[in-house]
Amino acid sequence: MFASFEPMHFLDNLKYMGLGMLGIFAVIGTIVVLTLILNAVTGQKPQADQPDDPQDRR
Amino acid sequence: MADLFANILNLDWKMVVMWVIGGVLIWLAIKKDMEPTLLLPMGFGAILVNLPLSGAVSHFFPDGSLDGEAGPLSVLYDAGIANELFPLILFIGIGAMIDFGPLLSNPILMLFGAAAQFGIFFTLCTASMFFDLKDAASIAIIGAADGPTSIVVGQKLQSNYIGAIMVAAYSYMALVPIIQPPVIRMMTTKKERLIRMEYTQKPVSKTTRILFPIFITIIAGLVAPASVALVGFLMFGNLLRECGVLDSLSETAQKVLANLITIFLGITIASQMQADKFLQKETLLILGLGLVAFIFDTVGGVLFAKLLNLFLKKKINPMIGAAGISAFPMSGRVVHKMALKEDPTNFLLMQATGVNVSGQIASVIAGGLILNFFL
Repeated sequence: MFASFEPMHFLDNLKYMGLGMLGIFAVIGTIVVLTLILNAVTGQKPQADQPDDPQDRR
Repeated sequence: MADLFANILNLDWKMVVMWVIGGVLIWLAIKKDMEPTLLLPMGFGAILVNLPLSGAVSHFFPDGSLDGEAGPLSVLYDAGIANELFPLILFIGIGAMIDFGPLLSNPILMLFGAAAQFGIFFTLCTASMFFDLKDAASIAIIGAADGPTSIVVGQKLQSNYIGAIMVAAYSYMALVPIIQPPVIRMMTTKKERLIRMEYTQKPVSKTTRILFPIFITIIAGLVAPASVALVGFLMFGNLLRECGVLDSLSETAQKVLANLITIFLGITIASQMQADKFLQKETLLILGLGLVAFIFDTVGGVLFAKLLNLFLKKKINPMIGAAGISAFPMSGRVVHKMALKEDPTNFLLMQATGVNVSGQIASVIAGGLILNFFL
């Protein structure tokens, strides 16, 4: 609930900013690495896995 | 005759103010084409629930017991919003609409989506100066630029300001073309805005497209279990799209399902826009904090691109960092148009779209992290 103006709370909660940004970069970084691996592994067989044509998707 | 008009005596000025607010939302939706699918039902709903003794919502005695029958909008709220069902189902439709192709073709772009969530965490700290932490976190998630995520986080954290948060989230999404350009211009030099980026569409295999939503769900579920429903429903929708054998289900999710839920979502959210709950000084503060969140999302994305440029040989146009907010496709288009304005032969649409799509994943994960912290 709305209480009052407590400027020190900004500094107190900076830890959430640090943790949050660290967490999001860690998760997204993992996804990036995984996607690069997926692309590398599945990209080796272009005939078997036909590349998508965006126009065929609709 | 007197009985016919007796209810007029129950009208108070706050209700009339809410009619005006509802009218403004309807006007923005119709005249300005600003998120009409949500703002129009919300605008109409704001009028509907602010009629004296409105039968659209439930009324309670001071002891908390129900006065008469439950109102249909209150029933819908309990059935679909209070338990987060509507936004989650909507996520299936959104997932089915998203083509992750540009992102899978250039996965590094996902990092910009992460950077552009900075506004959420900055706003969390800022809002905590005025609100308790759970309300501050619910307000901060306006910066996710993603309505369903805002609803789910706000509901799970039992925020007292869900109506104001929804109005802010959807209004600012529609205002992206107005909010972002001045911030981007302020954060970049003309020389940076003129940077060209080559784009080569690398082929993405069907296997990658199918495995991607499954892997994302597993990773997000392991790191932020509270967000697994959000991520899972989004990725389930995408799997329907990409599997290639459920085209009719994908089509239904994209159109019929998404439209049905959208109709009920907007008008049901309006049940939280009753004058006594909505017309508080906190509402104005929440609208201000929502703007802060969008501005600092943009700042975070642009600064991250500038940081990368310190180390990269092939420079990135830092404007694409701003497309990392989830507002899709508005944010990508804003960056593309700004690049064209600086140099009519500089096309950044594909890069900006890739970054914009990454923002959709990152915003959901950010929502999950917020829930992890405060649930």
